[in-house]
Amino acid sequence: MTTTLSNERADEFAQRLYDAMHTLKPTSPLTDDEPGMTLEDGYLVQQGIVRRMLDAGDRIVGYKLGLTSRPMQEMLGISSPDLAPVMASHVNQDAFAIETAQFISPKMEAEIAFILDADLNGPDCTVADVLAATRGVSAALEIVDSRVADWKIKLGDTVSDMASCGAIVLSGNVVPLTDFDIRLVGMVFTRNGEVVATGAGGAALGNPAAAIAWLVNTLHPLGEGLKAGHVVMTGALHAAVPVSTGDVFRADFDRLGPVTARMS
Amino acid sequence: MSKHRHIIDRLVDAAHHTTATTPFTDEYPDITSAEAYDLQDDVVTARVDRGHVIVGAKLGLTSKAKQVQMKVDTPLYGWLTSDMQIDTGEPLVCSQFIQPRVEPEIAFMLNRDLCGPHVTAAHVLAATEAVFPAIDVLDSRFAGYKFTHTDVVADNCSSAGFTLGGAAIDPSGIDLRLVGMTLEKNGQLMYTASGAAVHGHPAAAVAWLVRQLAARDRGLSAGHIVLSGGMTEAVTVAPGDTIVARFDRLGTIEIPCL
Repeated sequence: MTTTLSNERADEFAQRLYDAMHTLKPTSPLTDDEPGMTLEDGYLVQQGIVRRMLDAGDRIVGYKLGLTSRPMQEMLGISSPDLAPVMASHVNQDAFAIETAQFISPKMEAEIAFILDADLNGPDCTVADVLAATRGVSAALEIVDSRVADWKIKLGDTVSDMASCGAIVLSGNVVPLTDFDIRLVGMVFTRNGEVVATGAGGAALGNPAAAIAWLVNTLHPLGEGLKAGHVVMTGALHAAVPVSTGDVFRADFDRLGPVTARMS
Repeated sequence: MSKHRHIIDRLVDAAHHTTATTPFTDEYPDITSAEAYDLQDDVVTARVDRGHVIVGAKLGLTSKAKQVQMKVDTPLYGWLTSDMQIDTGEPLVCSQFIQPRVEPEIAFMLNRDLCGPHVTAAHVLAATEAVFPAIDVLDSRFAGYKFTHTDVVADNCSSAGFTLGGAAIDPSGIDLRLVGMTLEKNGQLMYTASGAAVHGHPAAAVAWLVRQLAARDRGLSAGHIVLSGGMTEAVTVAPGDTIVARFDRLGTIEIPCL
């Protein structure tokens, strides 16, 4: 796959999404204007947004994987996940209030976050490398949000749009990956006390560590890698749940503990 | 022939001859839930009359999603008989069923009787000798699993077979709500879930069952096995398939289908 967009066109799209993030006025799908957009085109647009965020003083603190579950991939007619940097401005603390009005059409997902204590670089990163470079794993929530109106996204749109990342919430508990199988770690996800989903670690590409190996190998040709200290969001363990003001979401993980988001 | 006799004969014959029938609610739409459980008792008695014994009970529709799908707001239950047991390591022989489907579940084996209208999850756990990873084999006697709530109750909750994992696990210190599970069919990941998918907590589902039974002056007995309800959608199986359910803390159960 190659890029089809000119640098100017990609930059114009980046501005369009960056503006939508700040005005909270969603835009029409980029793929309506450029139906031939590839994954690489999406990354080109995404890099334009990241550049703008860095220029505004933000910082890359890790990456997120999206579309790691088969149902989501089938919905978009693709066979691989997508990725985007997680910025410092995305990170929220466990159980703190999060302002709902800062998002356009937010949905909540429960995920397992990996915290690295060594760099990881492609092109042949394996699950073993990921496990060796992992300081520990944490319970996490991701608020996904689409700057494309009504979530009418194709792959090119969501990759461009920071893989639809809105914010993340990390538990304060970082658990070393010893003596348990991350694929089998169970999770119950509640909204206002009611169970809305359950899942286990394997929902992320069969194994979240394998999902990270894919991420590292995909970043390699883009000239990027993961750094010690990075947090990696490995993808939802269930279908995303719409968010309303006043909702309290809690993902309770076996072995990792709970993480909570209060939507104010 | 009475209405009830007609329904019971149809269900018993369908199971006996592995030939599907049609929902009786088409003809008898006015059957109540209580009547449906009366019918179920007679359907189970038919198995007992053939020399099989009741070895436990099972729950169905324990997940919110399935209740919404079936337009009901409670689970349902049925009885397990000895002829439904597939011993650990034995295969599922598809020809013995009409249209088999499997669900991964957490099974309880009781070490004392449990009855009464006030039983809670804590009482269930205290009366549990061991928990097992389990595969529940469903086989609706209604073609295409097309049935109403009363149909499926009378059909003994589609009960047809079950198998338990090889290790009996002491549930002390394990929060079954959080126990994770991945379900694979022929090596492909189908679903993941945790115990909370079952009525919030599998032991709470069993407690619900005991309270329901109390209303019919019944209970569960020491030694009974209880299948607490499917953690995921049911998966269709055919000869040649292999189903593997891996549970955190409880171990793995695998069943080959012949």
